[in-house]
Amino acid sequence: MSTAVYERIRKNPKFDELVARRSRFAWMLTAVVLGIYFVFIMVVAFNPTLLATPIWEGGTASIAWPIGAGMILLFWLMTGLYIRRANGEFDDINSAIVKGAIE
Amino acid sequence: MSRRMLQFAGAALALGWMGLAVAAPDVGAAEKQPLNVHAIVMFFIFVMMTLGITYWAAQRTKTASDYYSAGGGITGTQNGLAIAGDYMSAATLLGLTSMTYFQGFDGYIYCICFYVGWPFIMFIMAERLRNLGKFTFADITSYRLDQRQVRTIAAIGSLTVVIFYLIAQMVGAGQLIKLLFGLEYWIAVVIVGVMMVIYVTFGGMIATTWVQIIKACLLLGGGTLVMLLAFSQFGFNFETLATKAVENSKKGAALMAPGAFLSDPVTAVSLSLGLMFGTAGLPHILMRFFTVPNAKEARKSVFIATLCVGFFFTVVALMGLSAITIVGTNAQYFEGGVVGSRLLGGNNMPAMHLAHAVGGNLMLGFLSAVAFATILAVVAGLALAGASAISHDLYANVIRGGQATEAEEVRISKMSSLGLGVVAVLLGIAFERQNVAFMVGLAFGVAASCNFPVLILSMYWKGLTTRGAIWGSVAGLVSAVLIVVLSKAVWVAVLGNKEPIFPYEQPAIFSMPLAFFFAWLGSVTDKSDRAAKEKEAFNDQYVRAQTGFGAAGAAAH
Repeated sequence: MSTAVYERIRKNPKFDELVARRSRFAWMLTAVVLGIYFVFIMVVAFNPTLLATPIWEGGTASIAWPIGAGMILLFWLMTGLYIRRANGEFDDINSAIVKGAIE
Repeated sequence: MSRRMLQFAGAALALGWMGLAVAAPDVGAAEKQPLNVHAIVMFFIFVMMTLGITYWAAQRTKTASDYYSAGGGITGTQNGLAIAGDYMSAATLLGLTSMTYFQGFDGYIYCICFYVGWPFIMFIMAERLRNLGKFTFADITSYRLDQRQVRTIAAIGSLTVVIFYLIAQMVGAGQLIKLLFGLEYWIAVVIVGVMMVIYVTFGGMIATTWVQIIKACLLLGGGTLVMLLAFSQFGFNFETLATKAVENSKKGAALMAPGAFLSDPVTAVSLSLGLMFGTAGLPHILMRFFTVPNAKEARKSVFIATLCVGFFFTVVALMGLSAITIVGTNAQYFEGGVVGSRLLGGNNMPAMHLAHAVGGNLMLGFLSAVAFATILAVVAGLALAGASAISHDLYANVIRGGQATEAEEVRISKMSSLGLGVVAVLLGIAFERQNVAFMVGLAFGVAASCNFPVLILSMYWKGLTTRGAIWGSVAGLVSAVLIVVLSKAVWVAVLGNKEPIFPYEQPAIFSMPLAFFFAWLGSVTDKSDRAAKEKEAFNDQYVRAQTGFGAAGAAAH
């Protein structure tokens, strides 16, 4: 039914641009998440005592906990960052492209 | 239909009450707690509510799309809660609290490993899943490949995951309910099986989604309440909490740093891979992406799910830390009333004892009811995913070659969920005294190795052909199962051999690369005409994946 429409969308230079920009953004965020996670796991595996450093001088609570919670919070905020652009800017371009191809 | 449902529901309730009568004389038996009236009353309120929802959902389930994907009419926020519900099982609440209670920070590392798959799903998979899929994830893998072959292997992968996961949940449910409610093991398993079949058969995806949403709210609310009550005893001061925990734990200061968890890097990396990519290959989670109207809402669901899961894991870690002091120094929670001996009810009980310590029998009853509700909701999601693999993939598209009518397909699906219910109950009873911990690992391993590689390749790599998909799936499935069977978890713990044949218990680090390698090898050596056409078809699929044009839309109502 729609091969012709797909063909038209594919030929639209805006489509390539949209895909390139959105993919770049998504992969960049993925790389940041995986990078931070990987560094964390490496520290856990090879230098666990670093994470035992107290938060407050002479205290007991270690920096490990806020670092863990911070990672969870940061990754969530990054998903928020992604949908902000994907559901706004990118989706607007997207619907314009699709609309142009149907007419 | 509604009348039949009410009869069924009535029978289920009668069965439940009968169970109470039968169980009553047994109060006081070893490992079985006295009948927990608060828990049972609250649980029955939950059951009545969910049966009401199922009745309401049954009225609205008319087409195959309603049945499998709630007609695509679930909003992103609702679906996000439901996804979080699918992901936060009773094992999360009990197991991870217990892990923090005994191991300290290692418990939180485990939480982070469980969590990190979600941002990945958001960035790389959510919109493509929604734009390409319809009812099952095999809709995506078979989009441009041979329907029969690819759907068959996808259904085998799905059913393997579903059955192992179901058995683990059933056995867990039976033991937990015996412990918390004072019911017989088999009665608990039968109640779970019957409720699961009622939700799925009559209410389809609409009922399953709402049961999941209610349960997610109860679990988040209940967990947060217990955590806040517990944390208030330390004046909401993390330093005080940590100091007391270190004072009162056998592990002492080691609580505050990573410990034995990652002493073996191969196991650690393999576990993280399995958890991360296994999540992205679980059929009941993937199915949830098809219940929202478009990619926008799909992204929103992952955003909400990520928030709920991350928040809940943090709550659970705080519960575990608080329990070290509140439960760990209170003699009434230990066998024989001696602090430091075995915890009453076993090692998974810190969360429950904590609820009792901070909120008395009422809070214990509430959290027990929530745990039971959690199990019901998770098994319902699993059963629906399994039944869909049988009816939509195997029956409608493989056996009938796409010629089955919607009504036939849904009928087969309902029969399948009944069949799965019977199988789950029988296996649940058969495995009562077995160690089933390996089954969840196996489910994640197969999801990460058999389902995930082919799914991601089908969406991202033009070169994937039918032959590659089959080779990859089979390689992943066989290697994941073999590794688990030959490892300590099955070879020694279940089969009773002395030494494991394979030294590692977590398959993903070995089986995932194998699956990717064979998918690649099978594809690049495939010079057939069919393969050429399949690669050609990627172009249209790519546009649909990116733009959502031509995607299965929301139903008109």
